[in-house]
Amino acid sequence: MLELIVYGIIYGSIIALGAIGVTLIYGILRFANFAHGDLMSLGAYMALFLIQVLFPMLGVPQERFGGTSFGWPLILALPLAAAGTALVAIALDQFFYRPLRVRRASPVILAMASLGAAFIVRNLIYIFWGPDKINYFPGLVRPAWQLPFEVRLRPDELIIFGVALVLVVSLYLFLQKTKLGKAMRATADNPDLARITGINTEWVRIWTWIIGAGLAAIAGILYGVNALLYPEMGWGFLLPLFAAAILGTVGNPYGALVGGLIIGIVQRFSTLWLNPAYQPAVAFLVLIVVLLVRPQGLFGGRS
Amino acid sequence: MELKRLLVLGAMAILGGWLLSFFGRSRRTSVLLFVVGAALVGMGIAVASEGWVDYLVTPAIAAVIYAILSVGLNVQWGLTGLFNIGIAAFFAVGAFTSAMITKEMPTGLAAEYIKQLFGWGLPFPAGIVGAMVISGVIALFIGLLTLRLREDYLAIATIGIAESLRLVFQNERWLANGPQPLPGIPKPLFCLVEDPPCVWLPGFLKDWFAPLDSRDYEAILLVLLTIALLVIFVLLQQVVHSPWGRVLRAIREDEVAAAMCGKNVFSCKVQAFVLGACVMGGAGALFTASVSTIDFGLFHPMSYTFLVWVMLMAGGSGNQKGAVFGAFAIWAIWTGTTFLSDQLVPFQFKTQVFYVRYMLVGLLLIMILLFRPRGILPEEKGGGQ
Amino acid sequence: MALLEAQGIVSGYEEMEILHGVSITVEQGQIVTIIGPNGAGKSTLLKTIFGLLPPRAGRVTFEGRDITGWSPERIVRQGICFVPQTENVFPSLTVEENLEMGAFILTEDLRARKERVYELFPVLRARRAQRVGKMSGGERQMVAMGRALMLDPKVLLLDEPSAGLAPKMVELVFEKIKEINRAGVSIVMVEQNAKEALKFSDHGYVLAAGENRFDDAGPALLHNEEIGRLYLGG
Repeated sequence: MLELIVYGIIYGSIIALGAIGVTLIYGILRFANFAHGDLMSLGAYMALFLIQVLFPMLGVPQERFGGTSFGWPLILALPLAAAGTALVAIALDQFFYRPLRVRRASPVILAMASLGAAFIVRNLIYIFWGPDKINYFPGLVRPAWQLPFEVRLRPDELIIFGVALVLVVSLYLFLQKTKLGKAMRATADNPDLARITGINTEWVRIWTWIIGAGLAAIAGILYGVNALLYPEMGWGFLLPLFAAAILGTVGNPYGALVGGLIIGIVQRFSTLWLNPAYQPAVAFLVLIVVLLVRPQGLFGGRS
Repeated sequence: MELKRLLVLGAMAILGGWLLSFFGRSRRTSVLLFVVGAALVGMGIAVASEGWVDYLVTPAIAAVIYAILSVGLNVQWGLTGLFNIGIAAFFAVGAFTSAMITKEMPTGLAAEYIKQLFGWGLPFPAGIVGAMVISGVIALFIGLLTLRLREDYLAIATIGIAESLRLVFQNERWLANGPQPLPGIPKPLFCLVEDPPCVWLPGFLKDWFAPLDSRDYEAILLVLLTIALLVIFVLLQQVVHSPWGRVLRAIREDEVAAAMCGKNVFSCKVQAFVLGACVMGGAGALFTASVSTIDFGLFHPMSYTFLVWVMLMAGGSGNQKGAVFGAFAIWAIWTGTTFLSDQLVPFQFKTQVFYVRYMLVGLLLIMILLFRPRGILPEEKGGGQ
Repeated sequence: MALLEAQGIVSGYEEMEILHGVSITVEQGQIVTIIGPNGAGKSTLLKTIFGLLPPRAGRVTFEGRDITGWSPERIVRQGICFVPQTENVFPSLTVEENLEMGAFILTEDLRARKERVYELFPVLRARRAQRVGKMSGGERQMVAMGRALMLDPKVLLLDEPSAGLAPKMVELVFEKIKEINRAGVSIVMVEQNAKEALKFSDHGYVLAAGENRFDDAGPALLHNEEIGRLYLGG
């Protein structure tokens, strides 16, 4: 049972990284980004390209670390793929979302555009990598450590949690201590006042995409460390991402973290009774409960 | 001219003329355009080779079904401003419900391979009604849950229900044989192509239909679907112009003002959502007549949710004619590009091209949102006619 | 040369035109109050001056320079700051962070500026680490004004600073406005609390239905019987 909680936390931290991006975009850019799951896929596949094609060409050492299944290639791939995905997200914003914002499009139209963007990204992945499931490191045996309380954990999984933790702490420091971070929180609170105050809201938006897409890419890569990549994986993440963001109160990145962990744990526990294939449906169930009982989320005021 | 060609000609001439008439500004020009369009299409079918006639019927059937879906979506989006990303689910549930209502339970050896929850063997209209009811009930659930809240919560909930239904149908074999396909769905008026034709046909009609065989069924289906589309269109036009329709449009334009007029915004939204879903469910039932088996994998969001959205936004969001036109236009482009790519693209790139086309559809949607958000046939002020 | 001038401003929202050619003049060091019935366009005028609304006709000049239609980000750098009527603070940020946002365009150390704001509003000093969303209306108004003062503006635009405040708070806010003015900041104020505001205003403008109706020195307007009857509630 403890093992379920542990796995739940690990899987939940992946969801949390994605949900933080979703909620930041909801709060600052004011729309539901339905392309976020596909940004996760894009990051994962970009890393795949780096790990399997580019790095071997460049002679990056391939040896694995300790008991993990990866080595330098993955470590290097994380920031590079994150940057690449962030660039794609900024391009999408500049070419698609920003012109719509200028035309004063409603949030629903922006969400619709993000749906279009999602399909564009997903089909790009299909074109370049095909529909089959792919492994980052094919043919590897992954030994597990035996921990107390009958929990079996692979070093991979511990690293996933570690990376997520580092990122969340960094985000906290960024949002609380840096001028840009405070400006982002301010813009989320009140975008009109942010303009009046003289905050460069365009910069704030670009940084929102950098952080949101970057976290999404890393979440996708971390997911790929432990599972197979396939082009539709992004769509499957949308439900847990949005359920976590809404559960943690839309616009609140720390709430999204908590929401992600909760969803991860609940999903893991559900495998006791349900076919594991139903996990996205479990996330949906949590969302239904949240909408019925407390639609403003755990950390929202009275609605 | 043989009966099959005549049937196809009739249906397609009416459709062609009708689509062209949408561009008429006045009653007279609309009628004129109708006659011109019908004549052109009619003559085309009359002289086309048999191979071409056979080839064209299939995409025509698909286009009519897409048109019905599009009209249903227009009730939700065009009329009321609701963002439904679960179209494929309502469509699929309608199809499966109708399939099981009209099928018999499998017996004997077939029962080993085909599992289904129920099979009542009822006539096709019962299947349509059942499909509409079930889709409506699901829409009611989603609507009651989310329509008091933010509008994008509805969108997320429709994704949720679509995914959940897909998972249930694919994993619970006892429900509808998922993930295996469900075969043997009876088709409406299939007896017309059987030998001898339907028992209830009067004598002279029996002679007319005798030469038809099962390969000609699509022609009959095309006529049936065209009639269905026209009926649905006319009925919904009544709805659009009714006082209720005007309230919905007021809600879409300015919810606060509508609420202040004392209209119950919430219940109107739920009603619109349910009505649109019923139409989509009905489309699903009609869809089963065009295929021999169904399985949930057929109802992919890219093909049915996303494409229908593009059709509606391209054709003219907010207006029924736009919905129908968009469906035919986009499907024509889709089929046309499929045909061209089949002929021109070398074999090893076939799958890539398939994805490239979907990618371009995504790009098309965004371009429409940016440059022509009203679509090709914009809604006239005061509610479109 | 007047410090700030708006001439013949025509502006509005979407299809509606609210101002049909309004002019005001602000001299260095003045407190100018704009009063009038609801819907007269008072807030619209401030927003147009500050660049939140594009004027369809007319000119806005500041220190002799034409700033018509400039964006708020540019205008703020010129030395004009704006305090909106509602939602004029960042509720999830602390008092200190709200002030820091006021000086976003500066890259220097902000301690001295913050000190000056805390001198002016001592209540805020004790609450500097408190989230503004949890504070009372009067305290929030002080944060809003403090935030606008962080850039040492030459002109402060205030949209109904006393709105929704208890009478004691209103008195305090007006006291603070006078203090700010004594320090050299010119004030343009839209006020519903016309009587009180005109008492200490150098000049007053009466707007109605999007047009200038009267203007005069503040106390003179106050003692004008006709104005009193029409706009000051007798």
